[in-house]
Amino acid sequence: MSGLTKARRRGGGAGWLAAAPLLLVTLIAFGVPVVVLVFGAFSVKGGGLGFDNLSATMKQPYIGALWSSLKLSAVVALGGTVLGAFLAQAVLTSRSGLLREAVLTASGVLANFGGVPLAFIWIATLGNSGVVTAALGLGSGALYNFWGLALVYMYFSVPLMVLVIAPALDGLKPQWREAAQNNGASTWQFWRMVGIPVLGPSLLGGAVLLFGGAFAAYATAAAMVGASVPLVTLQIADALTGNVLIGYENIALALSLDMIVVALLVMAVYLPMQKRSSRWLA
Amino acid sequence: MAGVTWRRVTLGVAGVYFLVPLAISVWFTVYNETQGFSLGAYGRIVSAPGFTESLVKSLLLGAAVIVLVLLLALPALLAVRLGAPGLRPVLETITTLPLIVPPITYVVGIANALRGGTDALAATPFWQTLISIQDENFPVVLVLAYVMLALPFAYRSLDTGLRAVDVRTLVEAARNLGASWPYVLFRVILPNLRSAVASASFLSLALVMGEYTIAALMGYRTFPVWIVTISGNDGQLSVALSVLSLGLIWLLLLTLSGAGRKSK
Repeated sequence: MSGLTKARRRGGGAGWLAAAPLLLVTLIAFGVPVVVLVFGAFSVKGGGLGFDNLSATMKQPYIGALWSSLKLSAVVALGGTVLGAFLAQAVLTSRSGLLREAVLTASGVLANFGGVPLAFIWIATLGNSGVVTAALGLGSGALYNFWGLALVYMYFSVPLMVLVIAPALDGLKPQWREAAQNNGASTWQFWRMVGIPVLGPSLLGGAVLLFGGAFAAYATAAAMVGASVPLVTLQIADALTGNVLIGYENIALALSLDMIVVALLVMAVYLPMQKRSSRWLA
Repeated sequence: MAGVTWRRVTLGVAGVYFLVPLAISVWFTVYNETQGFSLGAYGRIVSAPGFTESLVKSLLLGAAVIVLVLLLALPALLAVRLGAPGLRPVLETITTLPLIVPPITYVVGIANALRGGTDALAATPFWQTLISIQDENFPVVLVLAYVMLALPFAYRSLDTGLRAVDVRTLVEAARNLGASWPYVLFRVILPNLRSAVASASFLSLALVMGEYTIAALMGYRTFPVWIVTISGNDGQLSVALSVLSLGLIWLLLLTLSGAGRKSK
């Protein structure tokens, strides 16, 4: 403890000086906008502070959008986690080095593929004049609803889950499985008593990451569904670009604050999970 | 065997789900019932108005973000290792911030701060500064925002790179031999960090080349924003651009893993 204090005192001044530009830029580029945002969210029409804006976001139509965003993110997180984990396990146990390399590389690419280009690719496939829509004789609007959006979000969520869970699955030592089998455990018992508990933090951490990604996504939804699926990100963009009545700017700020609170909760779950899962992967 | 069946089903379903949209998109861009096979859609990208302009703008923004991220993050990361361990939690917090503040809320904050700032500073010399950082041709505001978004990735890859280097010994040796601090940074530390710097740079570039929300809502025509505006009614062109941007991500990632592999 005293050694640490001494070291800090010795090099501390110069050290903080070296970090000063970073801290200053963060303060200006991040601190100021966030403070303005929080302050604006609590500002009341005609001056003063209050909860007017925030309570307005807890009424229709905003609460509906918030709820719909939360529901979509939960569906994507749950679906992405299950499918991603199964896909990763299928690939890792296939004993084909080529398949493994190909899937992990493709996951790296697709996990970073989002925004409007993602929407375009799915519109060409399942949109109203999409190739699959025509081939299967699906009616119009098959893609432009809640479940269509969930399907499209899975396109980057499942690969992200594969990337998150693959190291954890690799860390599941074959000896544990052999030991369980030697003691008479069935496959189900192995997964229930050994596999899932060891993978638990990684699975939950990954699910939370997918939830956050789907919750924050804006561009794909804007290009795909427009206003037909109410989402909090779409509401914020509308309020910001003036697609709504004048005087609702502070609603955008309050909705943003709602989003940040959700993201904070998400991170409060994710960070401890990440620490815990790294324990097994040493 | 049950084990083989579930694996085949999983791989089959995943294959259909991930490959069919890609195959359809590529097919859609090169085949047309009236014209047959043609790479015309890809040719139209280059000749579309604003292509060069927006691409150059995004590449310039990317270059500025890379330089700034490295200049800000490297000294701070070195300081953590050279006797200011108290900085580490501060840096960890800074680099988690963009995960807590989603881009759409970040842009709301920036827009309001700029609006409030220009009103409040109207009578002072700072007003001119605030206007000039919002310049359409080279928006410094966007550079700063992207630096904040790129920091988490850049910080982690640089931190991993520094873990493999005995920074303290290198710096003390160089300083004892009379090297100046800039010399230490550019001629001693950086050459040892080539792959980490490369991956931090590529991650930052990938971010700048793909970010849509902030640029679009602030009204800047960067490459990703141009893709959307130009697509308009030309379905083939829009899908061709999507395929192209997927290719771009793939290329960046390939370069990234290539840079990472060389270091081993």
